[in-house]
Amino acid sequence: MADAPALELRGITKRFGTLVANHAVDFELRRGEIHALLGENGAGKSTLMNVLYGLHQPDEGQILLNGEPVTIDSPRRAIGLGIGMVHQHFMLVPVMTVAENLVLGAEPRSGPLLDYKAAAARVRELSSKFGLAVDPDAKVQDIGVGTQQRVEILRALFRGAQVLVLDEPTAVLTPQEAQDLFVVLRRLTEEGTSIVFISHKLNEVLDIADRVTVLRRGEKIDTVPTEGATERSLAGLMVGREVLLRVEKPEQKVGEPLLELEHVSATDDRGLPAVNDVSLQVRAGEIVGLAGIDANGQSELIEAIMGLRTPTEGKITVAGHDVTHAGPRETLDAGVSHIAEDRHRRGLVLEFDLAENLCLREYKTPAFSSHGFLSPKKMVARARTLLKEFDVRGGEPETRAGSLSGGNQQKVVIARELSAAPKVIIAAQPTRGLDVGAIEFVHRRLVEERDAGKAVLLVSLELEEIRSLSDRVLVIYEGRIVAELPPESSEEDFGVYMTGGGRG
Amino acid sequence: MSAPPEEELPPNITVATRMATFFRGGGIIAPLITVLVAFLAGGLVVLATGHNPIETYSAIFKGTGFNWIFPWLSEDDRIIAALNLQQTLILTTPLILTGLAVAFAFRCGLFNIGGQGQYIIGSIFAVWVGSSFEGMPALLHVLVAMLAGIAMGAVWAGIAGLLKALAGTNEVISTIMLNWIAIWTGVWVFNLGSPLQNDNSDQVDVPVSNDVVEGAKLPVFWGDPQLQGLHLGIFVALAALVVFWVLLNRTTLGYEVRAVGFNPDAAEASGINVRRNYILVMAICGAFAGLGGALDLLGWQFRIATNDIQTHTLAFFGIAVALLGRNTAIGTLLGALLFAGLITGTSVRNLDPTVFEPQLATNLTYMIQGLVVLLISTDVLVVWLLGRRRKRRTAAVAA
Repeated sequence: MADAPALELRGITKRFGTLVANHAVDFELRRGEIHALLGENGAGKSTLMNVLYGLHQPDEGQILLNGEPVTIDSPRRAIGLGIGMVHQHFMLVPVMTVAENLVLGAEPRSGPLLDYKAAAARVRELSSKFGLAVDPDAKVQDIGVGTQQRVEILRALFRGAQVLVLDEPTAVLTPQEAQDLFVVLRRLTEEGTSIVFISHKLNEVLDIADRVTVLRRGEKIDTVPTEGATERSLAGLMVGREVLLRVEKPEQKVGEPLLELEHVSATDDRGLPAVNDVSLQVRAGEIVGLAGIDANGQSELIEAIMGLRTPTEGKITVAGHDVTHAGPRETLDAGVSHIAEDRHRRGLVLEFDLAENLCLREYKTPAFSSHGFLSPKKMVARARTLLKEFDVRGGEPETRAGSLSGGNQQKVVIARELSAAPKVIIAAQPTRGLDVGAIEFVHRRLVEERDAGKAVLLVSLELEEIRSLSDRVLVIYEGRIVAELPPESSEEDFGVYMTGGGRG
Repeated sequence: MSAPPEEELPPNITVATRMATFFRGGGIIAPLITVLVAFLAGGLVVLATGHNPIETYSAIFKGTGFNWIFPWLSEDDRIIAALNLQQTLILTTPLILTGLAVAFAFRCGLFNIGGQGQYIIGSIFAVWVGSSFEGMPALLHVLVAMLAGIAMGAVWAGIAGLLKALAGTNEVISTIMLNWIAIWTGVWVFNLGSPLQNDNSDQVDVPVSNDVVEGAKLPVFWGDPQLQGLHLGIFVALAALVVFWVLLNRTTLGYEVRAVGFNPDAAEASGINVRRNYILVMAICGAFAGLGGALDLLGWQFRIATNDIQTHTLAFFGIAVALLGRNTAIGTLLGALLFAGLITGTSVRNLDPTVFEPQLATNLTYMIQGLVVLLISTDVLVVWLLGRRRKRRTAAVAA
């Protein structure tokens, strides 16, 4: 079996309910190669590796190690088979030393006590063998991130990993540390380790990997050698074309800017910059698409607009009204509607029935309440009208929102937001998880709103959606608007800007 | 209804959501089974002490006075049952109110463990107002004393709400600490030489408050006032149940409370002021508990001694009442009746000592209470912890 690949995944399919995270994915890792797994968030890379690591069981497909089929039902089994994983978020105990962390779970003993000397010796042994410099006695909380990562790698090797999976390893490293890591990885392959390198950074993939497999929406698109590939070609594979949903768009009649952002910056939950000096305008009667790969500041930008996050700099205006420091109530009242990207988190109260959900914005208005007392009759009547108008199926006004399908839940959100007669509509991932019929409905409604003179900001990870709906497209990367492109531009053009290329 | 589990529960699972899902799944069966198991376990303990569980529970049942409704009871038995039932219903009043004080908070996703402190504050202010203003007309005096209890109980709990809103302070910790502050302030304020110690010349050395004046006492409508008959407070408690239900289900405030309880993120995104709700909810809870303290005081206690404050623990039963009652109005009523029955049924006065020693029996009540809370809250706590960890994870081990 000397020629068998170190690892082979054949036809792996994994479903979570109706969501197909991986569909018949093939992946082959040769011995001593560095094979990159490329794809956007949600493409299925993490799921695939979690299947490999025993955290999930595949619904279909096979895993073969060195040509032999294996069943991996737990991480323990995976580790036992020589598969080691270095997660994006390290699993180290900060107050313990490097040596203690390394041997966690497989501690050398002298009687009932931990044999610390043996542990430290092991660390030094592995350290010199693989060229990973670490001090066994340093506490993890005192060493830098780059060194912590080396400890994680050493830990996997300590357990006898022959196959090493690294999940977005450079996400937390400086460029120099990343280069140091690559030196280490090359050294490891010389010693016979095979490496899977998960990333969405094209330049690094081209730098370090021998071959690249591109995943998109749970499907394997292609496996190509990095020699001869370019950022452009890889970008095209990553964001490329899928089911064409062309929407009929009448001629545009554009008016005044209704949403204006001037030099807006904001930080994320960890205090790191997420939105960097963004200026944009959405005028009445136009749909502006914001294209970008996940986690490039879109969520924080939307939160800043909606008053859920205070910008650190800049000014946000809605129809002339300054809402920079306004809270959600004021922003909504200023005429903004928000179709949230996470309908379960921000969009709906799943435990409420449909009538209550449809009143989330307006329950205090005279239409539904007087002197602090709700009028359930009015709420139900209004719900009936809206449910019919927006073709929501699967429930009555008294049905609990959580029991509707994703598509119908989204229709409820849209019904509520659009019926508030907004001036500006922020549509974030409006068709996420929806079937074709629902997608078509949503797209049609957004274009109708645009024709009625509303300003629509469409934020989506689906490039095809952006291209088919938008009048103008802005590309966001690392919190900055890096390009404005006409919607007819090619996927490759978009892909380059979306992945940080094409600058300078 | 083919939505998979991951789709059905929101990513930010809250206590209220999980409870609702759990209770929806279990219906009324879950609390019934909880009580059944708790009683079974209690029965095993009784057996272990060498007594007969059936006889013991039967004696306890007679002690509750619930047998008063049986038409076949003899005259003599009926008289005793009446006395017992009056006692049970007297206890039901504060249990309903402290139960509501916990249930209302749970509906907003908050843990109000401060019922005892809020109750004490309510009773302190009720005794102060009730023992002052001698000439005031009776109805007015009672109302003002009750209002004092309600208002100050609200303020007391409102402190915890304010801390949570402004500083994110965990209300479990702040309400517990406020309990202790209330207890020791109460002990101090009625102590020798302190402001609220009584003015009686023959009680100078006794750390007790003034008595509530006759006009401020709640009238007894069933039984002998000399034998601690049932006072009107029970109707106030029943009214509070209605207020609870209306507030939660028919007002805009209740709508906000439920929205925040189920999904604070969606509530926030829709313009609801989550922090304002925390303050208001805690204040309302304190109002309920404070009212409980006032009613007990004006109904049968009539005075507070420092000893009473230190030994009083009834309000903590409110937590079990609320949990067992699934944080609903009707459930709180039934839970309050159950625990009131247990407490009176196992008391020295009511339990036949030849069947089971009352001293042991009181502990049986505590044990059953603990089991009820354990069986219900274990599930809720674990998921609450899981929910908080899930919120802190950023990049997911996800699809």
